[in-house]
Amino acid sequence: MTMKVGSRQVDGVTIVDCSGRITLGEGSVILRDTVRDLLGKGNKKIVLNLKDVNYIDSSGIGELVSAFTTTKNQGGELKLLNLTKKVNDLLQITKLYTVFDVKDDEASAVKSFK
Amino acid sequence: MAMTEQRVSYTMDSSLETIDSAEEKATKIATELGFGEDEVMQISMAVREGAVNAVLHGNAYAKDKKVILGFERTGQDFIITIRDQGPGMDLSKIPNPLAPENLLKTSGRGIFLMRSFMDVVEIRPSSSGTELKLIKHVHGSTAGGKEASQ
Repeated sequence: MTMKVGSRQVDGVTIVDCSGRITLGEGSVILRDTVRDLLGKGNKKIVLNLKDVNYIDSSGIGELVSAFTTTKNQGGELKLLNLTKKVNDLLQITKLYTVFDVKDDEASAVKSFK
Repeated sequence: MAMTEQRVSYTMDSSLETIDSAEEKATKIATELGFGEDEVMQISMAVREGAVNAVLHGNAYAKDKKVILGFERTGQDFIITIRDQGPGMDLSKIPNPLAPENLLKTSGRGIFLMRSFMDVVEIRPSSSGTELKLIKHVHGSTAGGKEASQ
């Protein structure tokens, strides 16, 4: 299953609902283009909802890091929401869990920007 | 789990499709061998990362270079070998992705993930390519993967 994204606005925060796989190739490119487009349009409060992301490889992890640093470098904030166990485990063993601001419910994720 | 001795190998192009195919083959065989769901996931991820290294960093997508993927079942182990035809990996340049200065790097985690998920990871670079051997013990622990680099 390839990566699919859809974005919506909640109280000035852009929630990006992701599903499928974030892997080398199409998945990573879609994530990169989505975040780039959002930042280009001035949307700098971004939440990546990874609830339906069932697989990430090292390229996908790199893309999440890139999205995080790119957003931060442009004065914005990017947070992760609803990690699956597999993605959570990957972020734990790569020590990235402490780098990302990880939330497990949307309301508190949105509120945390204010 | 009982495994009969058997070996199969594939010669594949240096393409993104090869990476997906290698992962799918590893998932199928590991499942057939009776590994649990978590172990199958670990094996398939390790194979994917190995295939990524072979296609991207080894062969650099060159159309005239192939990736040779092998699966071998022995009584004790599930052994996967991935060979490329690139210039040979420089093992001294493999970064530690957990070092604070590397945490926010966007690449350099593939070998670390392989080491995390497999019982043994051997990397043998040469001027005619790099051979990667990944081993999962049939009843092995997944913790503290060992590496023997030569």
